[in-house]
Amino acid sequence: MAERAELIPVYIMGKRYDVPASLTIMKAMEWAGYTLVRGVGCRGGFCGACSTVYRIKEDPKLYFGLACQTVVKPEMYLGQIPFFPAARASYDITRLEPVASTLFQIYPELLRCLGCGTCTKACPQELNVKGYMAAAMRGDIEAVANMSFDCIMCGLCAARCPAEEPQYNIAILARRLYGRYLAPRSEHLQQRVDEIQAGHYNNELVELKSLDVEALKTQYKARQIEA
Amino acid sequence: MTYTPEMLEMIKVVEASRQRRLKETFPAMSMEERERVLKGFHPDYIQEGMRPIRVGVCKGDRTPNELADVLEGRPLISPDFDLSQPEFETDVLVVGGGGAGASAALLAKENGAKVTIVTKLRFGDANTMMAQGGIQAADRPEDSPAIHYLDVIGGGHFTNVPDLVEALVMDAPIVIKWLEELGVMFDKTPDGLMMEEHGGGTSRKRMHSARDYSGAEIMRTLRDEVRNRPDIEVIEFCAAIELVLDDQGQVAGVVLLNMETNHYFYVKAKSVILSTGGSGRLHYQEFPTTNHYGATGDGIVMAYRVGAQLAFLDTMQYHPTGAAYPEQILGLLVTEKVRGLGAQPVNVKGEQFVYPLEPRDVESAAFIRECRERKLGVVTPTLQPCVWLDTPMIDLIQGPGTIEKALPAMVRQYKRFDIDMAKIPILVYPTLHYQNGGVQMDANCHTNVPGLFLAGEVAGGIHGRNRLMGNSLLDVCVFGRRAGLSAAEYQKTAKPGSPNLEHVSTWNREMDEAGLNGALQSPVLLPKYTRQS
Repeated sequence: MAERAELIPVYIMGKRYDVPASLTIMKAMEWAGYTLVRGVGCRGGFCGACSTVYRIKEDPKLYFGLACQTVVKPEMYLGQIPFFPAARASYDITRLEPVASTLFQIYPELLRCLGCGTCTKACPQELNVKGYMAAAMRGDIEAVANMSFDCIMCGLCAARCPAEEPQYNIAILARRLYGRYLAPRSEHLQQRVDEIQAGHYNNELVELKSLDVEALKTQYKARQIEA
Repeated sequence: MTYTPEMLEMIKVVEASRQRRLKETFPAMSMEERERVLKGFHPDYIQEGMRPIRVGVCKGDRTPNELADVLEGRPLISPDFDLSQPEFETDVLVVGGGGAGASAALLAKENGAKVTIVTKLRFGDANTMMAQGGIQAADRPEDSPAIHYLDVIGGGHFTNVPDLVEALVMDAPIVIKWLEELGVMFDKTPDGLMMEEHGGGTSRKRMHSARDYSGAEIMRTLRDEVRNRPDIEVIEFCAAIELVLDDQGQVAGVVLLNMETNHYFYVKAKSVILSTGGSGRLHYQEFPTTNHYGATGDGIVMAYRVGAQLAFLDTMQYHPTGAAYPEQILGLLVTEKVRGLGAQPVNVKGEQFVYPLEPRDVESAAFIRECRERKLGVVTPTLQPCVWLDTPMIDLIQGPGTIEKALPAMVRQYKRFDIDMAKIPILVYPTLHYQNGGVQMDANCHTNVPGLFLAGEVAGGIHGRNRLMGNSLLDVCVFGRRAGLSAAEYQKTAKPGSPNLEHVSTWNREMDEAGLNGALQSPVLLPKYTRQS
């Protein structure tokens, strides 16, 4: 770390701290002395626990990012907003139909979307949130599923939405509808499940389990590796 | 571009050999060669990193120093903590909100139990969420559960518990089907064929994926499904810190700590499923880790204190490809799928030095050897040793745009630091990834403590001394489901006695007798990352 000792000022909850310029927002807060409980999770950009809104001094713009993936900048104002859940409907996925009206029935507020694009600007994954909301209003479940696939459900879209849409909850409904009903069924999977449940492989497994290590090694070495 | 000018020069060497390397693959090691590189270079064989545990039922067993420290910790509560007023009662208490806990809760609920999930941080913020590469299941005609069994047990150096491996491979296609019906978007061809790839140590292509958000896709779907069952209560930011037994020695619930108010409280339960995950955040031998913030081995500590047997806790998994540069992402996972799709590990001379898909422990040991013994690694400005992973090969082999489509999370991670991994190689080094061992259980997730069940990484024996890629997402679903079912069955006939904390007194006495007067209290719950002043 020696050659990276350059310190820059950041403001955490209003207080100034001088922190190494190479740190992420999360590590900078820890460096400043915070033991994080909220606003921290996987630390690898997947769980959405550490979404962050920040400003830079003299710059009126709001910026968005994940605290675990965003490097600090000089004069950054940080105030972690803990995750709060957006409106979410309960449903029985086995009783739904994969049609446009399902989206509208479960989330009637969907049709209130103004198309302003504030959600897209807020997304730390750089998803086209406005675009998938438009697809949802058209009832194109497959498009919503694909366009929203990289969503980490951090909630920044919903937190910023002037129409109070729960975008990320609408998106997961669409993905589950797509995965269960619209994606092509896997026939070979069903076939294998049937075989297993019919006891087709039981004897083979009983025999394998009874082998000693030497016999297992022989079989292991003899495996043909699929190209 | 974040690479230094020196690195950019080195990249030219990697590029110069690329066309030739596209046509050749480094040969896989024989069993004897594997053995040699493991013994010489794998962290599990570094003797100073380990010591025998000095108290409890596995006294004398060797484990990493950092794990021994927490196993030998003092309980956070005293034996006279008041259990007379439980905050609430439930049939099945699931401790941990990852993939194993969510699967367990769903199955316990379906089998008629009252279910509560408690989790230290947020529901779903777990290692499951971070798994990128995929989930194994033998569901193609060319494959079978028996072949999967051989791959698992060979990868584990023939030490795995056979009944657990059988459960894993036989349930695998059933789990994939279950997930498909819950709406998980697996990668498929237009006619419904699962798109399956190799992982390290597999003899058939059976790695199912959901781009490189495989774990996230499974976790968010399971979490969504739990939330669709309003009668499964989920309590977040409350960590289990001590199990409670009754006068019959059966599990009678847990003591929880509210992480924000520091309030301790007792929850009475007829059965407890520990699905607390692993322990990468203990940073064995000071390795960086891919693990979630909460992975501090809490479940092992709690189970051990009530007399549960441990297994294979002298072996940890170091994932060969942790990000080594830039420093901000040090230790983060570069999924094995990158090698599965054709990227080769390459040394500073632009040469291959290891078969790209050896089992993880062997691959890691080979990386460490290349840097430490042969001195053919790259060294970053922060003195981190590493090797190249030649990612541009993927689009050359699989067609332009493959990386973007198949590895969006990886591409995004590097793009944040101005590195386009489709065009330029990345730097990697082994990172602490998985706890191969854990608490012992049978194939239906029973431990030797009545009423205590396990699911996921906290359990040991399934993977023996080394786990293959794609078998942990599988493990959390297979044994999560089994634990949920077993606990739901158990509680139907359970006859709870009177709860007490006698085991805490016994533990403290044993600690005193062993002369262990250290102040460390465990479970430790969170790593200490604030600056030491």
